[in-house]
Amino acid sequence: MDRDRSRLSRRRGAADSADHGRSRLRPPLGLKPAALLWGTAVAVPLGFLAVFFAWPVVALVARGFVPDGALDLTGFTEVLSRPRTWRLVGLTLTQAVLGTAFSVLLGLPLAYLLYRRSFPGRTLVRGLVTVPFVLPAVVVGVAFRTLFAPGGTLGFLGLEESLAGIVVALVFFNVSVVVRTVGGLWERLDPRTEQAAASLGASPARVFRTVTLPSLAPAIASAASVVFLFCATAFGVVLVLGGVRYGTIETEIWTRTTQFLDLRSASVLSILQLVVISAALAVSARARRRREAALRLVSARGAARPLSWRSPADVTVALVGAAIVVGLMLLPLAGLVARSFREPDGSWGPGNYVALGTTGERNALVVTVWEATATSLRIALVATVISLVVGGLVALVVSRRPRSAGARRAVGTLDGLFMLPLGVSAVTVGFGFLITMDQPVLGLDLRTSGLLVPVAQAVVAVPLVVRTVLPVLRAIDPRLREVAAVLGSGPGRVLRTVDLPIALRSVGLATGFAFAVSLGEFGATSFLARPDGATLPVVIYRLIGRPGAENYGMALAASVVLAALTATVMMVAERLRDERAGGEF
Amino acid sequence: MVGLEIRDVSVRYGSTTAVDRVSLSVAPGEVVALLGPSGCGKSSLLRGVAGLEPLAGGSVGYDGEDLAGVPVHKRRFGLMFQEGQLFPHRDVRRNVAYGLETQDLTRAERDERVTALLGQVGLAGYERRAVPTLSGGEQQRVALARALAPRPRLLLLDEPLSALDRQLRERLAGEVRAALVETGTTAVFVTHDHAEAAAVADRIGVMDRGRLLQVAAPDELRAAPASDRVAEFLGLRG
Repeated sequence: MDRDRSRLSRRRGAADSADHGRSRLRPPLGLKPAALLWGTAVAVPLGFLAVFFAWPVVALVARGFVPDGALDLTGFTEVLSRPRTWRLVGLTLTQAVLGTAFSVLLGLPLAYLLYRRSFPGRTLVRGLVTVPFVLPAVVVGVAFRTLFAPGGTLGFLGLEESLAGIVVALVFFNVSVVVRTVGGLWERLDPRTEQAAASLGASPARVFRTVTLPSLAPAIASAASVVFLFCATAFGVVLVLGGVRYGTIETEIWTRTTQFLDLRSASVLSILQLVVISAALAVSARARRRREAALRLVSARGAARPLSWRSPADVTVALVGAAIVVGLMLLPLAGLVARSFREPDGSWGPGNYVALGTTGERNALVVTVWEATATSLRIALVATVISLVVGGLVALVVSRRPRSAGARRAVGTLDGLFMLPLGVSAVTVGFGFLITMDQPVLGLDLRTSGLLVPVAQAVVAVPLVVRTVLPVLRAIDPRLREVAAVLGSGPGRVLRTVDLPIALRSVGLATGFAFAVSLGEFGATSFLARPDGATLPVVIYRLIGRPGAENYGMALAASVVLAALTATVMMVAERLRDERAGGEF
Repeated sequence: MVGLEIRDVSVRYGSTTAVDRVSLSVAPGEVVALLGPSGCGKSSLLRGVAGLEPLAGGSVGYDGEDLAGVPVHKRRFGLMFQEGQLFPHRDVRRNVAYGLETQDLTRAERDERVTALLGQVGLAGYERRAVPTLSGGEQQRVALARALAPRPRLLLLDEPLSALDRQLRERLAGEVRAALVETGTTAVFVTHDHAEAAAVADRIGVMDRGRLLQVAAPDELRAAPASDRVAEFLGLRG
């Protein structure tokens, strides 16, 4: 029917025929200016993804399969028949499963404490719990390495270069994902459902098991699959903490390509990783859909009540929470900061920070650490702009619910496509860039334009921007847009006066995420940054790999600088964040 | 001047028929209430008239013009929902002014109109108030002022009072009626409350399962309900 093309319309299932249904604006494909608008909104991100993600990844994979212009599968059978490959796959899965399980286990009590109970200083603790997630992997690696090293605070545990040590660091990283995702839902669960169960004679434990947990299940599943993804593709942490004794598929790809120039093995491993990740992503997408459906059932009002010191359950949760925050989060960070003031001769002082103005002992670096900091900030700025534009457009398109089933499927596919970079190893992206972007792209030589590293980092940051802005756009009641249209606003003005002002509330947070991700990005950057254009994480990794106490001290000081920068960015972003702004992380 | 003409309109969601060949005329200046239980299709009919749902059949016309192909924002209709749907990022003044911003008015004219309308709905001086600080009743008054601001040729009200408590609902029903009559606005008012329908409307249309059972003035309807179902909805039986 032609006439409803340019019209606000809504989707409705056969079962959902109540009078007050929810409706969505759909891309008005029939109208010319609107078609242009939506066409651009789809084409720009798709073009970006095709050129800067699909092409490099496909090129890398192809180089493994078609080494000399002809299909050659011997690489596949060779790599897959190596026992080492299966040991690495086993280690990767073990690491991811353990990391996920402990993140969920420790994240649940924290989510309860921080989102269902109120107490003085809660905002501060919430902020503190968020910090690890945005901390650069290299910094986390260095912090735990310092903790586990012989002579370190936890050196007696013998966790140096061990699976257990890496899992602890991964949990440190990812607990906040669980806390934020689950807590965000828990906060808005209508407490009356639980009260109804209690009034029917259910004990607190039974209420939790039969009412609370099932309601939280979609959020837990969603968080768990994201955490699994992060754990399975962790690179910086594993590289810094695992040393030579421990590795995963991800570090193996890096080692194969950079140390042995064995592209064929590397590409086979990349494919193996893609298979694992696609499966995890599929589960995640399903869990997310269920979660968004469930969200409509909950009340918007927060239901936190004050922490009671007389309730044994509350006291237990508070103690467990305090132990997690202090033991898992504060200890490594405090240790890192303390050690950074330990000078090479063993005395205390700011020597390591003074040395940041140098290129390190025996000129370990090409640039000074401060120069690298300036480079990092410059690159992060460009990467943030790119990822906001691309991610914002994706979120805009994906938030629509077209009436036709085909268009709805297309929108869903777009959503899934842009989650791929989240899981595909940054190392793969970085190496793919290296072999494809050595020629001008669309008349622009990225290597000399200084855009190569920012673009690669934007590829990594876009999914986070999408996941931050999308829930806010989806939460806009479609009837707001309908009211605007009835009041005489065409599709363009509806976007400008309804969607945009509301979405802007979440853009502050998205900016913070993109900036923080870019500042800490290591996997792709380590391939692409030239020695004279090294970023802070690259410099830190180089410093800990060089001999000399002075270099190690500098690495610690530089880690503190990087952590402080990231934390500052996130704190500013959190300030800009509106109550209504949701987000998955 | 013939006003709104709904002819054999059907609205379908997948295989479910929400509105089944309904015909109804509303004369200029007249207020018609659509009365029926939830799920009877009255809101779907309203959405079809507004252009928010495609019609599976039939036609909607206004003053002799067929509205097929006229997009929502060019129909010059007004619409008010149950929960107001005020723009949370705009204050009261800018909410009411929203529909005026696309019209050819000076800023002073716009402000004057907003002030007048706020006075009319009993919210004089509320211009700078933020939406979340308003009570439910105040929000609905602002929504009514916003809907009336661009002088729509037809105002569609979708259970505008149903989310309010009974006392407020009864008072506001009278006020809505007064505001509609005063501004000479043609309106279709959807409700499931027969008392509210009688208080607001010149004529009442009773709907059930997608069909329009009977349309008549409240007194007539009470005196001679066409069927047991109609009598039931009017509260005359069981």
